[in-house]
Amino acid sequence: MAAPSGVDFGRILREAVLAAAVAAILGLPLLGLRLVSGTKGLQVDQRWDWLVIGVLAVFFGRMALAFLRGAKPAFAKAGEGAGVVGQFVRQQQRPLGVAALGFALILPFMPFSDRYVVDVTTLVLIYVMLGWGLNIVVGLAGLLDLGYVAFYAVGAYSFALLGTTFDWSFWVCLPIAGLCAAMFGVLLGYPVLRLRGDYLAIVTLGFGEIIRLVLTNWVEFSGGPNGIPGIPRPEFFGLEFSRNPESGQSFHEFFGLSFSGDHRIIFLYFIILALALITNLFVLRIRRLPVGRAWEALREDEIACRSLGINPVNTKLSAFALGAMFGGFAGSFFATRSGFISPESFTFIESAIILSIVVLGGMGSQIGVVLAAIAIIVVPEVLREFSEFRMLAFGGAMVLIMVWRPRGLLAHRVPTIRLGAKGGDP
Amino acid sequence: MLSVEGLHTFYGPIEALRGVDLSVASGEIVTLIGANGAGKSTLLMTICGTPRAARGRISFEGNDISQLPTYQIIRRGIAQSPEGRRIFPRMTVMENLQMGAVTADEDHFDEDLERILSIFPILGERRDQRGGTLSGGEQQMLAIGRALMSRPRLLLLDEPSLGLAPLYVKQIFDVIREINERDGMTILLVEQNAYHALRLAHRGYVMANGKIVLVGTGSELLANEEVQNAYLEGGH
Ligand SMILES: Nc1ncnc2c1ncn2[C@@H]1O[C@H](COP(=O)(O)OP(=O)(O)O)[C@@H](O)[C@H]1O
Ligand SMILES: [Mg+2]
Repeated sequence: MAAPSGVDFGRILREAVLAAAVAAILGLPLLGLRLVSGTKGLQVDQRWDWLVIGVLAVFFGRMALAFLRGAKPAFAKAGEGAGVVGQFVRQQQRPLGVAALGFALILPFMPFSDRYVVDVTTLVLIYVMLGWGLNIVVGLAGLLDLGYVAFYAVGAYSFALLGTTFDWSFWVCLPIAGLCAAMFGVLLGYPVLRLRGDYLAIVTLGFGEIIRLVLTNWVEFSGGPNGIPGIPRPEFFGLEFSRNPESGQSFHEFFGLSFSGDHRIIFLYFIILALALITNLFVLRIRRLPVGRAWEALREDEIACRSLGINPVNTKLSAFALGAMFGGFAGSFFATRSGFISPESFTFIESAIILSIVVLGGMGSQIGVVLAAIAIIVVPEVLREFSEFRMLAFGGAMVLIMVWRPRGLLAHRVPTIRLGAKGGDP
Repeated sequence: MLSVEGLHTFYGPIEALRGVDLSVASGEIVTLIGANGAGKSTLLMTICGTPRAARGRISFEGNDISQLPTYQIIRRGIAQSPEGRRIFPRMTVMENLQMGAVTADEDHFDEDLERILSIFPILGERRDQRGGTLSGGEQQMLAIGRALMSRPRLLLLDEPSLGLAPLYVKQIFDVIREINERDGMTILLVEQNAYHALRLAHRGYVMANGKIVLVGTGSELLANEEVQNAYLEGGH
């Protein structure tokens, strides 16, 4: 089909015109028109020059892309060519993981690390943990869950309510919050046992919204839209991180340091690092146990699983429960970190972000989740300069990644080596 | 060992099994032949509990199993290699075999694995290859090997020769005979390939429209005129 030179100008031109036309249609409202508040209220400001520049950029960009690809049809085998990085990461999983961990350990003490860096990294780690948790459900068990934020919310509210009502500490509430979330996982799991794919996705999405709506409307229980303020901060073996502790000693006094707000930020950072690591180790290990292998088998073929004597009910429920549990842990960490929570923090977009991290990372890949979380959380931070085009640029980046690596950044399933564990009812 | 009496199974309003009686004695190879849509796969699946029998009795080693959930039926010592093989495509050969052993005692694992790899040496060569990348014949061997990993006393095979090259068909049938003769495995074999199946089996059943229409030893059925006309024309 291609000319001997391998370049078909006619087709390239056609594709470029098509792309430019799409850009013109999309750009008309996005670039060409702009609402400004003028003297007579809102007015529409026209910016045709922006639109023209945008359309031309797409036109020539598309042509350049076509030439670079040797005029192959768009999207053909896009993922194959760019696999070098992925391959490197795949082969060097262990050393890379250790290096990343080492870096994470010293990060707060690096010269360039200010409060902002540690804060953003903490946020990334929350999403890494959520991604690893959701990976159990979506990546391993293959159950598309669009309502994962519900468990995050259950964990956060469990701790917030227990902490503010009974004055229990973070460390006491953490396991309870995980347990509560796991129970909600089973609660969600039961009605959706027979559902797969799209139907499952819709029901889980609804579940996430129900939890949020209940939290918003049941004011006596959850404070409604006002949320819950004054959530206890975590303590370091009973030592508080405050200038004037209410009871006992505070951290800086005990260690003879001068008070600094950074102590708590760094302490929070290490808590989430530890929680995320526990999640990771747990997932790595359970994949090699009968339950974990049953999840993966269930994702591949449910009928075959049944004919091998796997109980699909328990297998699915355990995936929902354990995935939810880690969401609950992350939720209570979120609550103790911010000291205040409200239903605002648990909207559908959170579920979407966590799911994007899992999908972008390459379903089931642990390191992929880290890379994707960095990409999804840090990129919008960096793009703040683009102000109104931030989300547009973000969406563009996502599309590029999906073109470049259609099956996720690290779409490679590492075979499990069986552990010599006994029994276990999968 | 296995006995099925008056079994009825429905898919919604469709009655797929209309009163089936069948029995398999310990150590036997029994084959079930019949045209497409006769209800053979439905019978095997009903024995395993999904779909559930509407009426009738299924007993295995003297116990009624018709009300048990599938995974418990399997744990009683029945293994099934389902129609269409249904191996796990993204898992390696080794992992597929491990999945077969989820219900078995851990202590036997190495011994069972060795035995299965000696029956199917090709699986040993391909142990780290993904199941989905195996050829059809290899996948079928994997499906049978996986079923055997649970140390069943009764093995249900649904059309193991379906879609395979003649060389593989012969190999599969040789293996079925071997595990029956050497290990004394009891086998219920569903086949379209009536000639090979009837030559191999001790006894056979012929099914049509959800009912058993003929019963006999393998050689009786091979010699039967109806069977010859309906299932053996065009030779082997
Ligand atoms: N899942 C199903 N839902 C509805 N009808 C089915 C289903 N599976 C099989 N049937 C019907 O049941 C009958 C028996 O099918 P099957 O047991 O697969 O036959 P065989 O294995 O002998 O080819 C057929 O008429 C088929 O259309
Ligand atoms: Mg069939």
